[in-house]
Amino acid sequence: MSADVQLDQVWIRFGDFVAARDVNIHIQEGEFFSFLGPSGCGKTTLLRAVSGFSEPSEGRVLIGGRDMAGIGPNKRPTALIFQNLALFPLMTVWENIAFSLEVKGVGTKERRKKAEELLELIALPGQGEKMVSELSGGQKQRVAIARALAAEPDVLLLDEPLSALDLKLRQHMRTELRAIQQRVGITFIYITHDQGEALTMSDHVAVMSQGIIQQVGDGNTIYDQPETAFVASFVGENNLFKGKVSEISGDYALVDTSAGNIRARTSKGEERLSAGDEAYVFIRPESLKIANASKFDNRIGANIKQQEFEGSFWQVFFDVEGSDRDVKLSTVNDGSTLIHKVGDRVDLGFSADMAIATPAGELAAE
Amino acid sequence: MGRYWQEFFLRNGTALALYLLISVACWMLLMIILPQIFMLDFSFRTNVPPPLWGTEAHGYTLEHYQYMVYGSAQSTDSYNFVDLSVFGRTILTAIFVTLIDVALCYPVAYYLAHVASGGWARLMVMALIVPFWVNELLRAFAFKIMFGSTGIINNFLVAIGILDQPFDFIRNGVALYSGLSYAYILLMIFPIYNAVESLDKNQIEAARDLGCPWWRIHWRVVIPHAKPGITSGCTMVFMLTAGALAAPQILGGPSSLWFTQIIYQAFNQAGNWARGSAYAIILLSTSIIFVLCMMKIFKVKLGEIAR
Ligand SMILES: Nc1ncnc2c1ncn2[C@@H]1O[C@H](COP(=O)(O)OP(=O)(O)OP(=O)(O)O)[C@@H](O)[C@H]1O
Ligand SMILES: [Mg+2]
Repeated sequence: MSADVQLDQVWIRFGDFVAARDVNIHIQEGEFFSFLGPSGCGKTTLLRAVSGFSEPSEGRVLIGGRDMAGIGPNKRPTALIFQNLALFPLMTVWENIAFSLEVKGVGTKERRKKAEELLELIALPGQGEKMVSELSGGQKQRVAIARALAAEPDVLLLDEPLSALDLKLRQHMRTELRAIQQRVGITFIYITHDQGEALTMSDHVAVMSQGIIQQVGDGNTIYDQPETAFVASFVGENNLFKGKVSEISGDYALVDTSAGNIRARTSKGEERLSAGDEAYVFIRPESLKIANASKFDNRIGANIKQQEFEGSFWQVFFDVEGSDRDVKLSTVNDGSTLIHKVGDRVDLGFSADMAIATPAGELAAE
Repeated sequence: MGRYWQEFFLRNGTALALYLLISVACWMLLMIILPQIFMLDFSFRTNVPPPLWGTEAHGYTLEHYQYMVYGSAQSTDSYNFVDLSVFGRTILTAIFVTLIDVALCYPVAYYLAHVASGGWARLMVMALIVPFWVNELLRAFAFKIMFGSTGIINNFLVAIGILDQPFDFIRNGVALYSGLSYAYILLMIFPIYNAVESLDKNQIEAARDLGCPWWRIHWRVVIPHAKPGITSGCTMVFMLTAGALAAPQILGGPSSLWFTQIIYQAFNQAGNWARGSAYAIILLSTSIIFVLCMMKIFKVKLGEIAR
């Protein structure tokens, strides 16, 4: 079974501190949903409200359409995988996995059988007799997943479960998690501050900052059509030009920045730009081109400051007048050597569709 | 081992290292090993006045141990029922007191470690510790006054009508059990507190999330984790209660003797140091054997207790 999860005008306060501010999200049944945000933005807090360890100060949490107010974590159809896994070190692997069955009073024989099935699922067959301390990091990870799945939850909640693993294992576990989710077909709510994880695994991502949901969408939308300055600066790399809107025409804005006038698409968030507003213009490094003769909507004069070779692509950094940040360009290494040298003066060009103008606002920390 | 010593000397310097070694050795020898060896030796010798010590008359014998079991030769009973029953009752009561202390201290320790917040928890710890600044004898007398026939407890119970006349808490052993339970309660609370406190809160929450009712969380997660602390507390409380003297002396009823009181009498009233030693050795070794058996049963290793 699987269930949808609805957060309806949820506020969570700790004294005067607001950890979640008016959160409205509908997570569909059976989807892989991620909350993405920097450390301390309130991700764990929200997840605890879903799992029942805390109640929202205001608003409702609905699972499968049922209001969860007053229902404790042991009675909710959710299972939580903790940031530090919280496996029981004094029990064997199979006892850990079958713990929820033990609680329900299932007999030993059946528990063993179920544990063995789940060990099969997580690719650790026959390892049930080991103690948790005898497992590697990735194996512990998988045991924690199996322990949660054994409870047959409608919704599985995962609180940065991969953060303790090294890079290689993390990438491997991503694929594995996604595969497990598709096999069991239940709703996964996944928390992470790693955008790579969120974008590769999820059907939908909610980007959060300081207790506020900035944007909800699929990975592509989040990356290509950020709605707020925070999302644009947090997800992926972006060059930023600050300025003032001088003109709005349809879906485009003309922004007067220190590097000159830039035409850009306007963001589609709740807050819309109008002439005279402070605005930020974002351009991805891969959308910037060194403009020779070709036509571009926008052109910026720049000096090459540094060129870095990264194997499959080049990173080029520029000084732009009136901007205190380096502007970065990345281009695929297609075998043709770069024709420019450090110190050269060039024009950077990009189309208006590749640039996005958002209302000035909070930026992600570098 | 050799490397360990080398490092020990290098780290502390020769002078300090020697000082540490010698002082620890002296402490062990003078305070722990020697007295016990003398005691052991005495318990196997005939009881003669001090001037004859070391002479022929001060020979080896098992008579004191036999006395504990069979009584004096003149007695008509085939066993020394008086001493044996006091001994048995002492051990049983000590077990009982230990169990009471576990039952009292586990919830308190858990509360302090995982429920109470900072300031409140510190206040509670102070409230636990401060009474122990008062001398043990004074505390026992305070209990005696409290449980006396005109003590506050009787007055209260009579006043609210639960009793029509004062209950003799002292003759019934209630005062003694309470006094003994309280006497070493800190030695139970702190080891359990330390053990429970080191448990990751997430484990409790994980168990709850998996559908576990609260009592089962304690049974399957918290208590197994705290087992070394519980055993450590039980060991100390049991040993000290079985060997307590002040509380039984003051709070014991006229008919209930504590085994330590018999030892005390042998040394101080009967002047029979040999028998006193034998009885003390019996108490000590029984306690140790009992504790070791319990550790075996509950599968706790000595090393875990010392953590
Ligand atoms: N019990 C609490 N009392 C007071 N403040 C709290 C409490 N729990 C969390 N907070 C605050 O709420 C904010 C969000 O915390 P939360 O643990 O949800 O962050 P997070 O997004 O999960 O961060 P991380 O990625 O570091 O785990 C933090 O500023 C934190 O200090
Ligand atoms: Mg967190």
